[in-house]
Amino acid sequence: MIEVTNLHKSFSGEKILKGITSTFDRGKTNLIIGTSGSGKTVFLKCLLGLFTPEEGSICYDGSTYSDLNEEQQRGLREQMGMVFQGSALFDSMTVEENVMFPLMMFTQQKKDEMLDRVHEVLDRVNLENAEKKLPSEISGGMQKRVAIARAIVTRPKYLFCDEPNSGLDPRTAIVIDNLIKEITEEYNITTVINTHDMNSVMEIGEKIIFLKNGFLEWEGDKSQIFKTDNKAVTDFVYSSNLFKKVRDAQLKGL
Amino acid sequence: MFYLDDIGRYFLMLKAAFSRMTKGSVIRNLILKEIDDLIIGSLGITVFLAFFIGAVVAIQTALNLTNPLIPKQLIGFASRQSVILEFAPTFISVIMAGKVGSFITSSIGTMRVTEQIDALEVMGINSVNYLVFPKIIAMFMYPFVIAIAMFTGIFGAYVAGVYGGFLSSSDFLTGLREEFIPFHLVYAFMKTFLFAFLLATIPSFHGYYMKGGALEVGKASTSAFVWTTVVIVISNYVLTQLLLS
Repeated sequence: MIEVTNLHKSFSGEKILKGITSTFDRGKTNLIIGTSGSGKTVFLKCLLGLFTPEEGSICYDGSTYSDLNEEQQRGLREQMGMVFQGSALFDSMTVEENVMFPLMMFTQQKKDEMLDRVHEVLDRVNLENAEKKLPSEISGGMQKRVAIARAIVTRPKYLFCDEPNSGLDPRTAIVIDNLIKEITEEYNITTVINTHDMNSVMEIGEKIIFLKNGFLEWEGDKSQIFKTDNKAVTDFVYSSNLFKKVRDAQLKGL
Repeated sequence: MFYLDDIGRYFLMLKAAFSRMTKGSVIRNLILKEIDDLIIGSLGITVFLAFFIGAVVAIQTALNLTNPLIPKQLIGFASRQSVILEFAPTFISVIMAGKVGSFITSSIGTMRVTEQIDALEVMGINSVNYLVFPKIIAMFMYPFVIAIAMFTGIFGAYVAGVYGGFLSSSDFLTGLREEFIPFHLVYAFMKTFLFAFLLATIPSFHGYYMKGGALEVGKASTSAFVWTTVVIVISNYVLTQLLLS
């Protein structure tokens, strides 16, 4: 579980996050949504320890990040897996080497043991035959699956995903969403996903927080988001023509 | 103030490059890969350039020796001195600032743009050590490249001088051995070590701290070439003043 309390972050005097407080439960897919520039990515990077907040605290299963020494912070980071928006796979490494990389860095396992684990997670993300390919030789959806495999190969306690569906067709996006949800439940990890894709919200949004101008505007789950009367949230949700038409149809009783 | 900030960040990057070391087996493979990319990959162009630089130095010297009282072996002597003292260590290093420097900046810069450096940081890896340290160590092999350049340059001078009909082989070899001061080689290799360090670190700095997208990667590569050249030329002057004058 991750507990965020009164988080503030600014750049060059401009306040980006303005006192965010929330909790992300273990074994659940927690979604951060909001329009561009609302502070989602900065918030996620604070959770990852890439940005240091000026005020507030982030507590990971009882350990407050700012209270840990450098060694302990590094240890905590080793328990985090991250799926970047652009996958961030290492270009010069094959799929197999990319997934094996965290094991090589942080474990003392023999190569055979590492390869067994790599093939296990590649099977888990349905990528059995792409081990020897370079990231440039596989599709965007496959790259995302490799990134997920790399993120979970060390059995992390926390999984972070920055817009995992961006650039993917709707069908592949659903596959990726479901994969993340299944892995979250299977490995019982705390998953935080940064997205502005309403399909993801409907598919896997067990807990949703909505950010607006650096404030936490609303929080709830996917069943509540379509019933809320918060104007900022409804504007965001129904900015999609499809959702607008569905709502209009429902109002007309069609 | 802007430059002071950059200089400060450069030295902080150097400090980070030598702290929180990456796992030995991983760093060993990275160093070997960098030696292949930066050193072995530079041999061809270095040999080609050095040969023709040496040849041109011999021809220019021969064509300017119009006084019959000046012995022809001076061509061998002048070629040796020019190649060992300046052309091999400095001129080749400026060329390498373009070849090796832009390669380092663009490869690290692309990793920055595509969030690969963020991925390393999230994993708890010291990305500066992982990316910059192997390049610094690999560039310790750079004096071997310069030694080959020295040999090839003098060989080029021999071919152009002797087969161009400017002097005899024995005259060239006599000139080559004349008044040889071993310290000149020490000076040349001291310069080379410093240039190797600059060639590894300045382009790394420009790649690591770049911001933006693909266009900025190109700009950072250009900027890295310019600054590496400027620093090489200035440090060449300072070292020459300190060691030879």
